[in-house]
Amino acid sequence: MKLYCLSGHPTLPCNVLKFKSTTIMLDCGLDMTSTLNFLPLPLVQSPRLSNLPGWSLKDGNAFLDKTELIDLSTVDVILISNYHCMMALPYITEHTGFTGTVYATEPTVQIGRLLMEELVNFIERVPKAQSASLWKNKDIQRLLPSPLKDAVEVSTWRRCYTMQEVNSALSKIQLVGYSQKIELFGAVQVTPLSSGYALGSSNWIIQSHYEKVSYVSGSSLLTTHPQPMDQASLKNSDVLVLTGLTQIPTANPDGMVGEFCSNLALTVRNGGNVLVPCYPSGVIYDLLECLYQYIDSAGLSNIPFYFISPVANSSLEFSQIFAEWLCHNKQSKVYLPEPPFPHAELIQTNKLKHYPSIHGDFSNDFRQPCVVFTGHPSLRFGDVVHFMELWGKSSLNTVIFTEPDFSYLEALAPYQPLAMKCIYCPIDTRLNFIQVSKLLKEVQPLHVVCPEQYTQPPPAQSHRMDLMIDCQPPAMSYRRADVLALPFKRRYEKIEIMPELADSLVPMEIKPGISLATVSAVLHTKDNKHVLQPPPRPAQPTSGKKRKQRVSEDVPDCQVLKPLLSGSIPVEQFVQTLEKHGFSDIKVEDTAKGHIVLLQEAETLIQIEEDSTHIICDNDEMLRVRLRDLVLKFLQKF
Amino acid sequence: MDGQTRLGMLHRLLVLFWPPPQTESVILSPLSFSIYRGHKIQHSDWHKEPLRIMDPECSRLLPALCAVLADPRQPVADDTCLEKLLDWFKKVTEAESSLLLLQENPCLVELLSHVLRPQDVSPRVLSFSLRLAGTFAAQEDCFQYLQQGDLLLGLFGEAGTLGWAAWNVPTVRSGWIQGLSSLAQHPSALHFLADSGAVDTVFSLQGDPSLFVASAASQLLVHILALSMHGEAVEHHSPQGSAWPTCAQKIVGHVEESLRSTAAPQVTQALNVLTTTFGRCHSPWTEVLWEQLSPLVACLLERDPIPAGHSLVDLLLSVARSPVFSSADCGLWETVAQTLSRLSPTQAGPLALGTLKLQHCPQALRTQAFGILLQPLACVLKATTQAPTSPGLLDGTLGGSMTVDALLSSKSACAGLLCQTLAQLEELHPLPHRPSPWPQASLLEAVVTILQLCDGSAAPGSSVGGRLCGTLAGCVRVQRAALDFLGTLSQGTSPQELVPQVFAVLLEYLESPDSSPTVLKKAFQATLGWLLSSPKTPGCSDFGPHIPLFLGELFPVLQKRLCSPCWEVRDSALEFFTNLSRHWGGQADFRQALFSSEAPTLTQQLLRDPESYVRASAVTAMAQLSSQGLHATLASPEHPEAEQGLLREFLNILSADSEGFPRRAVVQVFTQWLRDGHAEVARDTEQFVATVLQVVSQDLDWEVRVQGLELAQVFLTQKLGQPGHCPYTVALPEAPLPRLRPEVLRTLCQPWLLEFAFRALFDCDRPVAQKACNLLLFLRDKTAPYAGTQETGDSPHLDSMEAALQRWQAGEQGQPLGDPEPEAMLAVLRSLDLEGLQGRLAESSDHVEKSPQSLLQDMLATVDILEENEADCY
Repeated sequence: MKLYCLSGHPTLPCNVLKFKSTTIMLDCGLDMTSTLNFLPLPLVQSPRLSNLPGWSLKDGNAFLDKTELIDLSTVDVILISNYHCMMALPYITEHTGFTGTVYATEPTVQIGRLLMEELVNFIERVPKAQSASLWKNKDIQRLLPSPLKDAVEVSTWRRCYTMQEVNSALSKIQLVGYSQKIELFGAVQVTPLSSGYALGSSNWIIQSHYEKVSYVSGSSLLTTHPQPMDQASLKNSDVLVLTGLTQIPTANPDGMVGEFCSNLALTVRNGGNVLVPCYPSGVIYDLLECLYQYIDSAGLSNIPFYFISPVANSSLEFSQIFAEWLCHNKQSKVYLPEPPFPHAELIQTNKLKHYPSIHGDFSNDFRQPCVVFTGHPSLRFGDVVHFMELWGKSSLNTVIFTEPDFSYLEALAPYQPLAMKCIYCPIDTRLNFIQVSKLLKEVQPLHVVCPEQYTQPPPAQSHRMDLMIDCQPPAMSYRRADVLALPFKRRYEKIEIMPELADSLVPMEIKPGISLATVSAVLHTKDNKHVLQPPPRPAQPTSGKKRKQRVSEDVPDCQVLKPLLSGSIPVEQFVQTLEKHGFSDIKVEDTAKGHIVLLQEAETLIQIEEDSTHIICDNDEMLRVRLRDLVLKFLQKF
Repeated sequence: MDGQTRLGMLHRLLVLFWPPPQTESVILSPLSFSIYRGHKIQHSDWHKEPLRIMDPECSRLLPALCAVLADPRQPVADDTCLEKLLDWFKKVTEAESSLLLLQENPCLVELLSHVLRPQDVSPRVLSFSLRLAGTFAAQEDCFQYLQQGDLLLGLFGEAGTLGWAAWNVPTVRSGWIQGLSSLAQHPSALHFLADSGAVDTVFSLQGDPSLFVASAASQLLVHILALSMHGEAVEHHSPQGSAWPTCAQKIVGHVEESLRSTAAPQVTQALNVLTTTFGRCHSPWTEVLWEQLSPLVACLLERDPIPAGHSLVDLLLSVARSPVFSSADCGLWETVAQTLSRLSPTQAGPLALGTLKLQHCPQALRTQAFGILLQPLACVLKATTQAPTSPGLLDGTLGGSMTVDALLSSKSACAGLLCQTLAQLEELHPLPHRPSPWPQASLLEAVVTILQLCDGSAAPGSSVGGRLCGTLAGCVRVQRAALDFLGTLSQGTSPQELVPQVFAVLLEYLESPDSSPTVLKKAFQATLGWLLSSPKTPGCSDFGPHIPLFLGELFPVLQKRLCSPCWEVRDSALEFFTNLSRHWGGQADFRQALFSSEAPTLTQQLLRDPESYVRASAVTAMAQLSSQGLHATLASPEHPEAEQGLLREFLNILSADSEGFPRRAVVQVFTQWLRDGHAEVARDTEQFVATVLQVVSQDLDWEVRVQGLELAQVFLTQKLGQPGHCPYTVALPEAPLPRLRPEVLRTLCQPWLLEFAFRALFDCDRPVAQKACNLLLFLRDKTAPYAGTQETGDSPHLDSMEAALQRWQAGEQGQPLGDPEPEAMLAVLRSLDLEGLQGRLAESSDHVEKSPQSLLQDMLATVDILEENEADCY
């Protein structure tokens, strides 16, 4: 059993598990941090950006973090754990010869589609007249200014996919529900479990009859909108692959939400605008819910909230129809009937308005001060670029970063000097290390496998020994491009016995509670299922079929089988028996594994060990047979 | 009918129907109400003639009650009745002879004899009877009387209660012990205890599964020991243990045996008995006892682990505090020193603190004890500083490894030890005889380090430090304790170079999004402490160099906290802001920082907060700002109406807010404004008070009404002068009484004022009525000289007032008072028996039910009701 680690990013994992002749890809996250090396793509021509000296505008690229470690066309299935971890799907399904199936829950697919649609839309609506790729040549790259010249594996950076590729990739997905058991070629069974992190997010169990591998990715124990995490089903795993922990282990999400609200209110009360760069789904639902409770108390009822994204409408509406994937509280609202999320009411009362882009209706309705939620959190493309340009010069305005995926300082770099206030409130509800250690105590896997980042404290806080996974035995760590041999051997295989064959067995009790029987049968293997069938009757002379004859040739001759022996030889009694049968001058020596009985007169040695007995005598077959018979008296035959 | 007669009638009316029947009827059943009518006479008997405490009416009811108690078919529904009954009997026996009581009420002895037949009695009644018997037998003659019938032996002897099935019920065992405790008051009782074998039973009850029983058993042992030694203690030289009375020897022997036992519970029991003994008995014999037992106690220290560490600490402290040992040495200090060095840090802490609090104690021991208290902090400092540690904290601290082990063993152990240490040092800090020199600098450094470890900002230099950091990160308990202690440390002289560190860590906590509301509150309190204690330097700037800088950083944080989604945070931020403004409102640096911030605007917005506590705090804060002219951003010269707006806003809150807290805050603020002569109020005081009282009189919250009366009181005081005369002032030569000018009188007798006060007199909430009564008394006393000069005539005003008062008393609140003459008002005022009212109002509302007759009748009535119910079932 092997694990190929294709991504070094712990929250955007991509691993391939080879398990019992199946090749399973676990997630395919897309690491987009390299976009930070590019200039923003403005919707409106920006004189400031286009007049920058030196390097001209580059096209917005997205990047696939993969190596040629494994031939991706051999991947049988891809299991997706949440919508953030499927963003590289088109690169795999469309360009590698992949012919397998992708499994994901319905909300994951729908919201994943929205995220991809938004990404494509953001990139495609600002087409570039020219595109440069020669700089990717290592010799030229060396000459570029830092940090570009230090970027690794620039050659693997890819252009963003198209909507057509997205549609084609998504068509390969098969929808699954929580706890649904999916058979893969009869060899293993995979099951998604609720992971509590996002709508439809799942952990996966991959198990055969005797082995169980759990894949935990992006899970949360906090009470937010999704269904709570299913921990019980993760018990008794041989291996637990643990990825997608919180990226900001020192920030408590509750405190951050408080910080978010306070800063938002403070800015708006002073007449400033608030910009929240965010993804169109996920934490935004929780933020809107908090604001719903907060705005009246903070006297912000008259402040408009704008949500601008090509998929804003679909995202808000989708969230309301996936009731079965929500936490109990929200599920029960549906029966009242009420919309599960209160943002419906915000929209109804015109407090929250959503637009596909800043063009069109938005420019008519726009009034300040206001709060704007828009993408992309990297500040490199999307409508957020426009608002940064618009509001950056006033110290009354505030940009509040809530998504933890990008370094906010790097994101802000191209906008400097910046007068607007910047608040960093990363809200990451995924498991922190305290929760992980509780989870591992509860679930007790035999082995834990995780990215190497989790096995040591974060580099900036090297003294925080609490910010790492602490378990026994120590977790196995992996880094990008590692191939791990998972530390357990498969020792058993389940084999069925046909009823008529089982009928013919005559078990013999050798110990109380343990019976044995010899079986002679034909082992039939198909679709990774093994069945013992009754051996064919001895070939009839009349039966002239060629195939049957060949089968019967394969059957070993049952008649010549020697009986099997069991039991142990009590040395003292054995010596007494020997004496009774006329042997004298018997000496017994103890050895590490058993005893040696020496018949000095006969120059013969009987070596008795736990699982074997040897009679060593020189060319006296008669004596050997006599002794053998004496030994056999002490053993059971069947 | 002349005016005088009518007033007399009104007077009687008030006396008879006070308190207003409509409120009492809610509390009293019709049955009790009839008692209430006849209550006046009995009530006075109760106080004036304590010897006739058992009145005939009670005696008449007793047989029936005893019969009920003895009847197993009539279960007593309520334990509290029995408790009250017992209390009553205790009161009776304190005042009267128990023997006489039993002889006059033979039913009581019958009840006691009845319970000797166990099958017929419920455990409750049995327990009650045991305690009752003990109460009676506390008097020696009564004891003999009960003994004659072998009643006591039957109840308390081995053949009695002990053998019954009911003994398994903890209440019965508890009753047995309490009965014996009451009974053991005289030498005869001692013989009885010795003969009946009760002491052995008490020994075994020390380990009772019920903690109450076990504790009571220990107390009883101490009581018996003290009683048996009572006679001996008068000798000048206390006898040696071997010459002690048998009973005492037996108990001491048992304690010795327990101390030698290897079972920890037994050792604990013995130590508890000794602790109580030394705590209660301060006769010379206790010294002999300690001499005899201290070697055994010292032996406990040689065991590993030391059994019953906490109880051992209690014992040593109890001995050390006993005045008997103040001069003698008797090896106590050696034992304490040895114990300090042997116990685990968590257990040694309380002993160290206790030792340091003792007035007389060798210096070496004090040093050792202080070292132990400081040890955990020293370990923290050592683990986190790379540089050689500062002197003061680590000197003479030995055995640090044990502390380190305790700190690192688990998260809860670490937090527990640190919290305990911080709390103990906090307790020690203000004491006049705290250890000297007090290592203020090191303590400050340590507590700042702990706070940094808790928020993950510390950079420890060792592996121990790293583990501490991991353990303490985000630990709210330790954060709270450390912030409390940091606040306490502000009351002391700290090295100037450390102050910026303190402010930095406080700012970190105030800023951090992870600070929980309670931690934040503590951080605000500590910050206030440090700000107010920071030295002010004379010169151009008001404060030292740190403060203006700190204020510059503080206000943005405060603003953010005022906008917090968590109301507790908004509330504590407002409270902090109010306090800071109160103390620093006049300082230029503070004013500058405040005016350049949004804090006043945000505070005003919080007057409309959805949470009532926050609105109340915002009212207080705005009032504070307004009093000190810090509200100027709002009431700037171009907006003179802003101040007026605040008054209007407050009045609006007072009349419209749905919750009581903000309304109470507003009246308090108004009262304060009136006292201070706030500009807004001074403009037209009368109009102001009239408006406020009019609104307050409609308020449903009694605290608001009481506050309204306080406002009226302040108003009257300002018009008439201080209430009463201070008994300590030298009486000035009798000056001619200043005549009240008619316009003042007219002001005082404004209908809105008196109507408010009179209505309040009939208020259904007692505190309001009390306050109104005091107010009217004050007014009557102040106006008396004036009123005496004029005769009140019969007037239509008087008639209408009388009518109005009668209606108000009857609960009809609608009728207004009209616009009567001041003279009529004063006449009514004088005619009321305000003193009588005051007395009656001072009684608690359940004084009627507290009478013994009522108790007995209630108990009997309950049984009747139960019987009726039973009948209904069929």
